[in-house]
Amino acid sequence: MSADNEIIFQEKIDAGLKIEPKDWMPDKYRKHLIRQISQHAHSEIIGMQPEGNWITRAPSLRAKMVLIAKVQDEAGHGLYLYSATETLGITRNELIHQLQTGKAKYSSIFNYPTLTWADMGAIGWLVDGAAIVNQQSLRRTSYGPYSRAMVRICKEESFHQRQGYEIMSKMSNGTPEQQEMAQDALNRWWWPSLMMFGPQDSDSAHTSNAMKWKIKRETNDDLRQLFVDRTVKQADLIGLEIPDPKLKWNPETKHYDFGEIDWEEFWEVVNGNGFCNKVRINNHINAHAEGQWVREAALAYAEKTQNGV
Amino acid sequence: MSDKNLPIWEVFLQPKTGASFQHAGNLHATDEEMALQNARELYTRRQEGTCIWVVKTEHIVSSSPEDQSSFFDPADDKVYRYPTFFKVSKKAKGL
Repeated sequence: MSADNEIIFQEKIDAGLKIEPKDWMPDKYRKHLIRQISQHAHSEIIGMQPEGNWITRAPSLRAKMVLIAKVQDEAGHGLYLYSATETLGITRNELIHQLQTGKAKYSSIFNYPTLTWADMGAIGWLVDGAAIVNQQSLRRTSYGPYSRAMVRICKEESFHQRQGYEIMSKMSNGTPEQQEMAQDALNRWWWPSLMMFGPQDSDSAHTSNAMKWKIKRETNDDLRQLFVDRTVKQADLIGLEIPDPKLKWNPETKHYDFGEIDWEEFWEVVNGNGFCNKVRINNHINAHAEGQWVREAALAYAEKTQNGV
Repeated sequence: MSDKNLPIWEVFLQPKTGASFQHAGNLHATDEEMALQNARELYTRRQEGTCIWVVKTEHIVSSSPEDQSSFFDPADDKVYRYPTFFKVSKKAKGL
């Protein structure tokens, strides 16, 4: 029976049909999705912290309003993705528990500190830019709820990248100090942004099934290349220099060649030894604990009123 | 005290007046009022809707995918329900 199910399942995938929550799916497919979508959700939620750090110090009211709206979008994106994960039979509390105990990961990029206002530009331009490349590809993922969340997120995400690029472009056309700040932010965020696409295909533990099941539609390396090709021209346009002496247009492949990524640094940060790993999780634990009485009060109120639980 | 999972609600949006409501996604809330307010914050930050419906997920009744073929079978062989089934003279206008 299960063998038949598996054949029907793979036929659906091969025909480009979406899998929906009530459809039969292999256990490993379900587990892979829970891991990947929840990691994506946690990244959106933890990703609010590095930018939240600059809301009170935004240089103008306009910049502050925009940054608040962006951080609010990220909360929304986290919630769309938690919803998609919950359709696979795991509860929100279990997901939060996995995040807080380190059982589930989030994108390592958010373990780097945001030192100057230019970092708000670099995050929007590079980090959101890299996320968009990944998310645009995931709109075609085989799991229906994940795909629908991605469509919604992509629509909202392009404002994020443009606001980041606007900050970088203003600063690189500003005073020498501002130019220096913008270049410094690019120097610090460039390599971690390339790491966002994950290990090289030859080292990626999760790629093969993910491609067969069409959870992922393009490999880590292909997406990384697409991001590099797009971003080099954007940097040129605003007079910033990508911190990679090996970066060079290759007329044969029609892509930019780039230098070796420091994978040791990548694994260090993944394994909890980045600058901000502890503070990010502690902030989450504290915020969640501080909200406990609110959730309890809301449930108690609902029980006492007509329309309650 | 351990955390209780809050009830899940499905959200439907009417994109503009007169249009059909469409499923947008779901959310957690303790009661109807909170569900509507959360739906507004989560699904209409860019004026995606003129009206919102929320309903508890447990109240949705769904047909099951395994029965898809037999469930929808009665509609399978009734081509006469489509206008193209009928042959009429090309000279007949306004049909």
